Amino acid sequence: MMKIKLNFLLATLAFILAASPAFAQEVKVIKYKELEQIRNAPHDTLYVVNFWATWCRPCIKEMPYFEALTEQYKDQPVRVMLVSMDAAEDLESRVKPFVQKRNLKSDVLLLDEVDANSWIDKLEPKWSGAIPATMVFNNKKKQYEFVEGELSQEALQRIISKYKP
Amino acid sequence: MKKANLYFVYLMCLLFVGALLAASPANTGYQVGDTARDFKLKNVDGKMVSMADHKDAKGFIVTFTCNTCPYSVAYEDRIIALHNKYAPKGYPVIAINPNDATASPKDSYADMQQRAREKNFPFPYLHDETQEITRTYGATRTPHLYIVQKQPDGKYKVAYIGTIDDNSRDASKVEKKYAEAALNELVAGKPISQPNTKAIGCTIKWKEA
Repeated sequence: MMKIKLNFLLATLAFILAASPAFAQEVKVIKYKELEQIRNAPHDTLYVVNFWATWCRPCIKEMPYFEALTEQYKDQPVRVMLVSMDAAEDLESRVKPFVQKRNLKSDVLLLDEVDANSWIDKLEPKWSGAIPATMVFNNKKKQYEFVEGELSQEALQRIISKYKP
Repeated sequence: MKKANLYFVYLMCLLFVGALLAASPANTGYQVGDTARDFKLKNVDGKMVSMADHKDAKGFIVTFTCNTCPYSVAYEDRIIALHNKYAPKGYPVIAINPNDATASPKDSYADMQQRAREKNFPFPYLHDETQEITRTYGATRTPHLYIVQKQPDGKYKVAYIGTIDDNSRDASKVEKKYAEAALNELVAGKPISQPNTKAIGCTIKWKEA
């Protein structure tokens, strides 16, 4: 019982850390469990989770549109999370310099999981694994949308305006 | 009036279903068990290649891959190894580059020829210029494998769709060789225990509509 409580506490803490805007500009390395916690976050917040990598050209092309959302909704319960699929070994050499150089304001996470086959279907069976991919959800309002592939700014705005607070 | 209303509802339903279909291009390709069509695509040596040319093959490891995706590059040596191991057992690799050269200039035919020379590919490396085969198969990322088995009636049945193994970053740390496991079962005449696997990969670079 005690253990369950502690686990819950840790999970909550991990989630708060992962979700805290104070950690923007940092890159938090997470495991699938933590991604799952974000996906299941019970809050009345619109999460915009974008899967990208420093080596993915279309991801970099659409990134400013996500950054624009962070700016546009900074005072509202909208949270943009950029989840990098880069290798954890490339955190210091590639991902952090990229985040610094572009002065990213959204939360940046790095998912440190090697075997994507073990988690993709759990997260979203429709996802083939190609990036970029984006999921938008507000669990409190039971809203959810998933898009595989590059988004134009208009397409992203259209999705957000459907669900925005 | 009522009739017009009904008609309107019907029309909206049609539109809605149409929009749904249009919005889900990911699920339109082959599923395991489907019959895969043959193709006739230009190889890096200038010759046209079809599955039907390989009379002795029991099937093929049709691999959608390219020059530019870091995951594809990371897997090049493992694709060569797959070919060298399974071609003698009747399952050679046929690599197909699905990317549009305008959208991804380093995937041009000339660049493919150069890469095939550099890596000395022991298998054909074909250019799907119209992207018709890629669309028909339903490949979405690189690398993306379709293992097909030739049936007694000459048709090609899709036996496996997915990834090569569980570690794109480091071949030395691979624990699960998904494609090899499927091929071993196929060669042994056993049902494939894990016929669908997934991996993170690069989106295919489609022609501008």
